[in-house]
Amino acid sequence: MTMTTAEPVSQPAPPRAPLVEMRDIFVSFGGVHAVDGVSVDLHPGEVVGLVGGNGAGKSTLIRVLSGAHPADSGEVLIEGQPVTIANPRDAKALGIETIYQTLALAENIDAAGNVFLGRELRSRIGSLNDAAMESATRKVMGRLNPRFKNFKTSVKSLSGGQRQSVAIARAIHFNARVLIMDEPTAALGPAETAQVRELVAQLKEEGIGIFLISHDIHDVFDLADRIAVMLQGKLVGTVNKHDVTKDEVLAMIIMGKKPGEVTEKELEELHS
Amino acid sequence: MTEAAVPSATQGRPNRSLRSLLFAMELDTRLLGMLAALAVIWLFFHLVSGGSFLTPRNLWNLSVQSASIAVMATGMVLIIVSRNIDLSVGAVLAFVGYTMAMVQAEWIPKTLGLGFDQPYTWLVALGVGLALGAAIGALQGFLVAYGGVPSFIVTLGGLLVWRGLIFRYQQGQTVAPLDGFFQLLGGGPKGALGAELSWLVGALACAGIVYTLWAGRRRRRRYDFPVRPMWAEVVIGAVGVAAIVVAVWVANSYLWPPALAAAAGFDTPPPVGIAYPVMIMLGVGLVMTYLATRRRFGRYVYAIGGNPEAAELGGVNVRRTILMTFVLMGVLCAISGAIQTARLNAAVTNLGVTNELDVISAAVIGGTSFAGGIGTIPGAILGAVVMQSLRSGMLLLNVDSPTQDVVVGVVLVAAVGFDAFLRRRAS
Repeated sequence: MTMTTAEPVSQPAPPRAPLVEMRDIFVSFGGVHAVDGVSVDLHPGEVVGLVGGNGAGKSTLIRVLSGAHPADSGEVLIEGQPVTIANPRDAKALGIETIYQTLALAENIDAAGNVFLGRELRSRIGSLNDAAMESATRKVMGRLNPRFKNFKTSVKSLSGGQRQSVAIARAIHFNARVLIMDEPTAALGPAETAQVRELVAQLKEEGIGIFLISHDIHDVFDLADRIAVMLQGKLVGTVNKHDVTKDEVLAMIIMGKKPGEVTEKELEELHS
Repeated sequence: MTEAAVPSATQGRPNRSLRSLLFAMELDTRLLGMLAALAVIWLFFHLVSGGSFLTPRNLWNLSVQSASIAVMATGMVLIIVSRNIDLSVGAVLAFVGYTMAMVQAEWIPKTLGLGFDQPYTWLVALGVGLALGAAIGALQGFLVAYGGVPSFIVTLGGLLVWRGLIFRYQQGQTVAPLDGFFQLLGGGPKGALGAELSWLVGALACAGIVYTLWAGRRRRRRYDFPVRPMWAEVVIGAVGVAAIVVAVWVANSYLWPPALAAAAGFDTPPPVGIAYPVMIMLGVGLVMTYLATRRRFGRYVYAIGGNPEAAELGGVNVRRTILMTFVLMGVLCAISGAIQTARLNAAVTNLGVTNELDVISAAVIGGTSFAGGIGTIPGAILGAVVMQSLRSGMLLLNVDSPTQDVVVGVVLVAAVGFDAFLRRRAS
């Protein structure tokens, strides 16, 4: 990368506010700074990969956005408006959907019950409309995993890939604006992984912003537009995928050094 | 991918094996197993007692004795399904029952000087009881859900507190007699529907079964879902209707005791019919089944039991749901308290002693799992009937009370152990 000297560039019209902006987020657990002043943003139709080693704080950061854990301080803005996300209900109301690494499924309930958990369809007198929920689930599953047929059994009896489909169905059925995917391919075989990748591309096309958390740098390079790297609770930096090599990102993950700060020698050491 | 392992309900004609027959009918095999176990117990006692178990009188008494435990067991299912426990139900029942007795035997007639047997007395007493039960449940539920105190501890404390408070009323003296209308809630020949109304209730129940099957089928058709084969619907409907007809016939075969009938001015003893407490139990069972399976509240209770974190992340208000299960439990304790005091025509201090154990046993024998997320209302009601059948059968055989306890204890552990074995094999 060459640094150009400062010269007035014709600026395009001021870009719209990002879809999501997390500013200066702090989260600590009993004195340990799990997230230490991190700021990231996300635009419509963009995939931002969030990478880092174990305990880097990426899941904790994302739990703030999905309402699973409150931040100690910091700001979250949706389309430029400051919002309060105190619990998962708040996040969903703002169109933020999450596919958790653990999938967060109630194993004793069937697929439709899980897809609609917390947002059940009801009849006029307030009874659950199971038939309508099953019908909608059949539709969304037809798009995600056409071979899925087990609509009457509890999720417990499903395979890993099928469960993943249910978790994804739950996230995309409600017209999400922001999708958080925490290790979406960790439990999947090659065919299913390919399906998820296709889905990410498709959702991106639809203008949904996606935070993709992954430990698999190849995944991230294939799917993400920008890559945010965390190390020990701090943001090392956010880089444009096309501006960096995988080795440079690895250096960020492992040594916390941005491209340019890292020497050729150190890059070679990564491979030894 | 193993989708192919589960055949669709529509494919194939009636198959030879029992398992596939049951599968096509989409019935709860666990419930069927319990019904079979109950049939074995009944036949055993009938044979061993020389034919005195399966008599209208004994079965009628059995139904009344099961009612108050069954009512509470329906609430205990939801408590245990959501991974909590309520040890205080016997004490809450006693405290609320005592309070209802005080309202009708002391406060309305004496303190307020309005006299006995006013037409509104029983309603006021019942209303006070239900409200008090709900309030106690709300307090305990609040401490569990919002206070973060384990339900075992909160309700263990409740067990001591509510029973202890009874003695504040009249130093623990028996409160009697109760209001004439209120007594009917406890059953007895007068507290029953009689022949005609019993048949009417039976007919309505049959219509309800047919309608439910028909409506469910129509709904699934509308969405183009697979439906049960027609023969399965007919079999289920026929068995249900037959069971109701037999039950009403048995209740109507039990006649008023001759002396009581003569005193009431009957020439020949009329049929007793279905007892009010049994009607209450059936009503509670229906409402609770609806709440558990057709309402959002019930869905949340099961989701919390299956995976509390998933429920929370799914946007379920976990705390409020837990609070509500305890409120419901308190109300059900009040209903059972009314049944028990009405039956005794008095409130005594040992009302409902060890009921918590019977209620928990009924729920657990009925298939409720302490791991959470699993359990059904009809199962718990059946569990209560199984427990009561054992007690009543042994009483017929003159088995003493400590030996009864030994048998019930063994059956409880054996039933749960067998269930765990089956589950392990299934998974």
